[in-house]
Amino acid sequence: MRRLALILAVIFYPLMALAVGVDEARLSDPALEARARELMKELRCLVCQNQSIDESDADLAKDLRHIVRERIVAGDSDAAVRRFLVDRYGDWVLLDPPMNARMMVLWLAPLGLVVVAATTLIVVLRRRRREAAAPLTAEEEKRLQAILNATDEEAKRP
Amino acid sequence: MRLKSLLPLLIFLGLAAVLWVGLGLKPREVPTVMIGRAVPEFDLPPLDGRTQGLASAALRVPGVKIVNVFASWCVPCRVEHPQLSALKNLPGIALYGINYKDNVADARAFLDGLGDPFAAIGYDRSGRVSIDWGVYGVPETYVVDGDGKIVYRHVGPISDDDLKTKFTPLIERLREGA
Repeated sequence: MRRLALILAVIFYPLMALAVGVDEARLSDPALEARARELMKELRCLVCQNQSIDESDADLAKDLRHIVRERIVAGDSDAAVRRFLVDRYGDWVLLDPPMNARMMVLWLAPLGLVVVAATTLIVVLRRRRREAAAPLTAEEEKRLQAILNATDEEAKRP
Repeated sequence: MRLKSLLPLLIFLGLAAVLWVGLGLKPREVPTVMIGRAVPEFDLPPLDGRTQGLASAALRVPGVKIVNVFASWCVPCRVEHPQLSALKNLPGIALYGINYKDNVADARAFLDGLGDPFAAIGYDRSGRVSIDWGVYGVPETYVVDGDGKIVYRHVGPISDDDLKTKFTPLIERLREGA
């Protein structure tokens, strides 16, 4: 029984992390608070890196949540809050960074690889088929016959 | 035909080169956007018991300035302490500290125990000024040129090797340029 409780505790422990971000001073205006929470979900925690600051328990994430709420109360638009953080930490801080030249490389590289691989495959297969289909020249035919005759002779020998 | 037989070797060498470079990358290091920018505006109070805090004005004077963000609770900050002391002794360098979210008594014990290499220390109790610098962990070290522009950021403790291969050449270059 105690073991079961322990297992359940371990399984559900990560869910407790979801409560982070609500433990602090929330904004009294629920509409503003909702906007702040939505923004927090888009902002990447710089310490844990694969969590948003809404999910993260890191100290810095807590400070950034505080900043997000503060900016919203100050009347900033969502874009202005994002800009405030991008200004300090770069596009890196956005979980969904904007498309730019460097991002295009990232998105298009796999496509490029597929195109290169497919072209290579087609070229190789075509060449192979062409080589296989080429008929023997008269010279080759003669040599082949000679070889076949020779083996026949050998087979007949006791 | 010769080239064709070399192709697998070339592909292997290319792949090896890419992977070799990849080994040296630090994917966890957040790229900084502060390089080339003027130092952010700030005015930090001193740690209690000291007279001088740190403000951005001190970083706009001519000469090479180094700003080290540290905290007493940060173990790598202890590790890099000898290297900071060495940096301080380089000619024409002003080494400043930003004390990040520390407890004053702990910070003073840290400096009293290891020695205080800093010309002045700003006490960033809330960590807000450090966020303006784009700091995401301690220690971080910034090099500021004679125009008050940030020219280099170092994440994590400064090793002896970092001192020789990164800081010293950069500082020499800045001094020659100035």
